[in-house]
Amino acid sequence: MNLFFQQIINGLTLGSIYGLVALGLTLVYGILHIPNFAHGALYMVGAFMSYFFMVDLGVHYWLAMAGSAAVVAILGVLCERLVFHPLRHSPPIHDKIAAIGILLFLEALVQMFWGSDFRRMSSPFTGIMNFDGLIIPEQRLLIIAGAFTLVFALQMFLRKTMTGATIIAMAQSREGAFLVGIDANRVAMMTFAISGALAAIAATLYAPINLVYPAMGHLVIMKAFVIIILGGMGSIPGAIAGGMIIGFAEAFGGFYISTAYKDIIAFGLLVLILSVRPQGLFAKGAH
Amino acid sequence: MLKVEHLTKMFGGLAAVNDVSVVFEAGKINAIIGPNGAGKSTFFNLISGMHQPTSGRILLDGVDVTRLRCDKVAQLGVGRTFQTTNLFEQATVLDNLIVGHRLRTKSGLWDVLVNSKRLQAEEKASRDKAREALDFVGLSHVENQYIADITQEQRKRVAFALALATDPKIVLLDEPAAGVNPEETEGFAALMKKMVANGLTVCLIEHKMDMIMSLADKIMVLDHGEKIAEGTPEQVRSNPLVIEAYLGSDEDVAA
Amino acid sequence: MLFKIGSLLMTPAARYGLLALAILFPFLASNEYQVYVMASAFVWAIAVYGLNIITGFCGQLNLAHGGFFAIGAYTLGLLTADHGWSFWPAFLAALLMTAALGFLVGVVSLRLKEHYFAIFTLCVGFIIYLLIDKWEELTHGPIGVRDIAAPYGFGLVDFTETTPFYYLVLAFLVLAIWFMGRLSRSLLGRTFIAIRNGDELAESLGINLMRNKVLAFVLSTTYAGLAGALYAGMVRFIGPEEANITHTFDMITYLLVGGIGTITGPLLGTVGIVWITQSLQFLEEYRMIIFGPLLVVLVIFFPRGITGQFLSWMHHKAQAMQPRHKARASKVTAPQEARNNA
Repeated sequence: MNLFFQQIINGLTLGSIYGLVALGLTLVYGILHIPNFAHGALYMVGAFMSYFFMVDLGVHYWLAMAGSAAVVAILGVLCERLVFHPLRHSPPIHDKIAAIGILLFLEALVQMFWGSDFRRMSSPFTGIMNFDGLIIPEQRLLIIAGAFTLVFALQMFLRKTMTGATIIAMAQSREGAFLVGIDANRVAMMTFAISGALAAIAATLYAPINLVYPAMGHLVIMKAFVIIILGGMGSIPGAIAGGMIIGFAEAFGGFYISTAYKDIIAFGLLVLILSVRPQGLFAKGAH
Repeated sequence: MLKVEHLTKMFGGLAAVNDVSVVFEAGKINAIIGPNGAGKSTFFNLISGMHQPTSGRILLDGVDVTRLRCDKVAQLGVGRTFQTTNLFEQATVLDNLIVGHRLRTKSGLWDVLVNSKRLQAEEKASRDKAREALDFVGLSHVENQYIADITQEQRKRVAFALALATDPKIVLLDEPAAGVNPEETEGFAALMKKMVANGLTVCLIEHKMDMIMSLADKIMVLDHGEKIAEGTPEQVRSNPLVIEAYLGSDEDVAA
Repeated sequence: MLFKIGSLLMTPAARYGLLALAILFPFLASNEYQVYVMASAFVWAIAVYGLNIITGFCGQLNLAHGGFFAIGAYTLGLLTADHGWSFWPAFLAALLMTAALGFLVGVVSLRLKEHYFAIFTLCVGFIIYLLIDKWEELTHGPIGVRDIAAPYGFGLVDFTETTPFYYLVLAFLVLAIWFMGRLSRSLLGRTFIAIRNGDELAESLGINLMRNKVLAFVLSTTYAGLAGALYAGMVRFIGPEEANITHTFDMITYLLVGGIGTITGPLLGTVGIVWITQSLQFLEEYRMIIFGPLLVVLVIFFPRGITGQFLSWMHHKAQAMQPRHKARASKVTAPQEARNNA
């Protein structure tokens, strides 16, 4: 029975990370209709930034996380300004290719500075909590709590602040938002910044129980895409629910079926679902 | 020609088109007008097979086309234009039009591999058809120019020619005169008259009332997905329901 | 002057000239390694032509292309190394395998539009990689496949030698380009381009979207399979890395630089970049620091690559030189390839 609860904790941990990454992806998609293939690279840069701040500059974990979030947020804004903004009237295939260009660039850049080795990043939360035989490492608890806090904060921001309201308005109708005088550029930059910060925080939370390396974003971004397709592209609750579905499917699938194939589960699920429902699980009507 | 019976389309609980019945006669110019969001474009999408209706029937020359896919409907002779048409910008006008006749040809992969007689004949037929359509819309002189280099008005004419190259019996034109100046609008009106004179049936959505009133043989007015009036321009103009629908939506029927 | 050189390049004579150059290349090369590099560039070029069919002509960004390349390579590799098949039957099987799998994937994935299709194929590509990496009973996993058969020359030539193999690859490349050229000029190619312009418009012209998209997809995966099989016969040792997504990204770069949706573009882009990467050895590992931003700059400023830019320029030259009222009769002025492309 304990093993079963252990898997629940694992599922929650994975689901939290996936959810955070997918959240950024779905926000950008909702507002700009760009499937940002570079989002995984932003996640990866986030992990390396925290690593750099902590190991090379000796900064505390929390500070490193904040610094990394800031750097990646700026990076996200730069991508929007320099790449996606000039491409806003181009055929849809162009911004996908441009996003791939950004991804390749960032990966090569990180690889040039840090090499392609696998690195470990420590965090101050190395303890283990034992609830009557149910073992939960502190870092995992931190991930789950952190993710829930962030999602809550984001909801507050989107619902209660003026800026948040403009983001929602623009996600619902780009032209409509333009008509009522919303500064589309500002919203786009803001969205990219939030999306980048979320990716960096997710990476910093997850890195201590995982490894840091230039290709670490590949799997995560692909799973994040699976998640937002499951949850409906552009939908915030969909991203969180989808993240949990994939997190749990992997935790339980990896444990009860096969560890070697656990990464395939998400993609198998996607193929299955899109074969039956091309518009995704929760999306209403045609996309 | 085109007979629509009790056509309804629901989008998640909302009726975009609600129980519309209408007959469009052959060789006439039929117009559909109505305020924004009245369901005009949806109505076109239903006829052309792009959307499947929730209920009702569509008959083309007595043939039930209600459940047919878009490409099948086109093969049966329904051509259409869109408000905006994406074309291959870095190719010539003629090159863009040749594919218009594709639906009347049969060549497949094998014909391409062996460069069969059939393929050659069909390619020539398609090219001739494209030239004929280009001539019809009066653009023969720009045949070799890139799409990127022609004017907005010429683009619209190319879109017409593309629809004509499919050998349609009826053409559905979605706001053919949107975004063109009054002089050019007259040119498009003349073009539609020419289509009808050549045996085509024209069906258009339009906002430019003066154009519609002088051009259409028959007008159907949609509001909130429902048909509120139908008849000659005179009948529609004096219909109180129509006046109210337009007054209620900031648009002027006489404008 | 430049214009004259330009129009010369587009004449059939120039094409035969290029072909002659390719045939003479092994004699012009200063060592065998250069011939080998050129042969591998040609192999990739064949795969890039495949990508050009589905992405360049049909407008669907297929991110599983590298996966199908790997399937071609593994089909040939496993059949010859593990199951005792000889090269040519296994080669044929590789083509059939990629075509059949392309059909299956195409039927499912092409119901999805634009972004969904790109994301779906990204995942398919990754599934292919994971299967090759994890399904050790079939693929040997990370160890890879050794002792792959080289093509046998029926006692006439020895394809384990670099130069004969170069000619074999060249022959397939010429075949691939020849078919591509014919396809692009045909009604079928025009149908693909109409789909690229937009699903709705294409459908309203009576084009069956699914049938044509699946056909384009199967053609493209077969090209990838052909290239993959040749690759396996050339290097004789393959591993899961052949299915790595970076190969797909490389091919997209070749296609974009050379000119997406053109006939000469894939060849120019592939051969050009492969040689640039080769001659600047330090680039090998970090080439994406340059190619990444290059992709971005290309899609923003020159979305049709070298060839497309050149063709537009040629066309405008030709138009400018032609008095306006004569334009209708100006069949000869449109450069050969501009018409072929449409």
